[in-house]
Amino acid sequence: MKVAVVRFPGANCDQDALWSLRDDLCLSAEYVWHEDTSLAGFDAVILPGGFTYGDYLRCGAIAARAPIMAEVARFALEGRFVIGVCNGFQVLCEAGLLPGALLLNQNQKFLCQDVYLRAENRTSPWTEGVDHILRIPIAHGEGRYVCDDLTLARLASEDRIAFRYVDAEGRQTEESNPNGSVDSIAGVLNDAGNVLGMMPHPERATRKLLGSDDGRQILAALCRVTV
Amino acid sequence: MSTVRVYVTLKPSLLDSAGRTVTDSLQKLGFDEVKDARIGKVIEMVVDPYDEARVREMGERLLANPVIENFRIEVAG
Repeated sequence: MKVAVVRFPGANCDQDALWSLRDDLCLSAEYVWHEDTSLAGFDAVILPGGFTYGDYLRCGAIAARAPIMAEVARFALEGRFVIGVCNGFQVLCEAGLLPGALLLNQNQKFLCQDVYLRAENRTSPWTEGVDHILRIPIAHGEGRYVCDDLTLARLASEDRIAFRYVDAEGRQTEESNPNGSVDSIAGVLNDAGNVLGMMPHPERATRKLLGSDDGRQILAALCRVTV
Repeated sequence: MSTVRVYVTLKPSLLDSAGRTVTDSLQKLGFDEVKDARIGKVIEMVVDPYDEARVREMGERLLANPVIENFRIEVAG
């Protein structure tokens, strides 16, 4: 298993992603430049967080149209694993690989804090076996997930809501929703379940020393793949 | 050579939290008549030649996100 960590100008979680995969999950991981056009030799892709292209126009809008993204789309279509974290989630939405969009937080504040997550889907490769409440950090100004009512109903009926923001006991309340996301959605899956986008940062929670190693439960999907 | 402006606005159904902050701030300055403010963006381009269909395509493919935004085109001259 070899994971591509895509580097866009302005991304700032690329090193976190690379080293958490290498050191804490014992995976092989290499950087791929945004202008590259091939993912040959890779088995999975992570789009890390940051502020790609200064988040000009809209978060992730320019990155979503970078040369590497056509290859990421092909990769996703083949059923291979793609995860977008934070800005990477925004990029996947802008690229049309995931439904919806991310808007300015309801309280207009940049939020840097731990949140609790409940895995709603338990069958996708990313969420399989995640049966307890996860504590994982968020760090974003524009993480309010929105989509139209029809899309929301489809996400629910097709079991594509990967994570919801909850409190420590797993209850979905207004207070436990940090950014005003519709239905407290913190992460969604594509229809096949191989593409995950989420605002919280699992790569920042891969060892106890960092405060939590709950992120491993999500990233462990990459260890389960047999190539 | 034409100057074209593309106005991009958040769909009315979506909460514009930055716009709400501006509403609050205007009201605090005494502009009580302001009931709502919404923030959009304008992208001004110089194009040659001007072809409305192509500018529309720019709006659809990059300048606006159809999931959350609407846009309109104005030719300034």
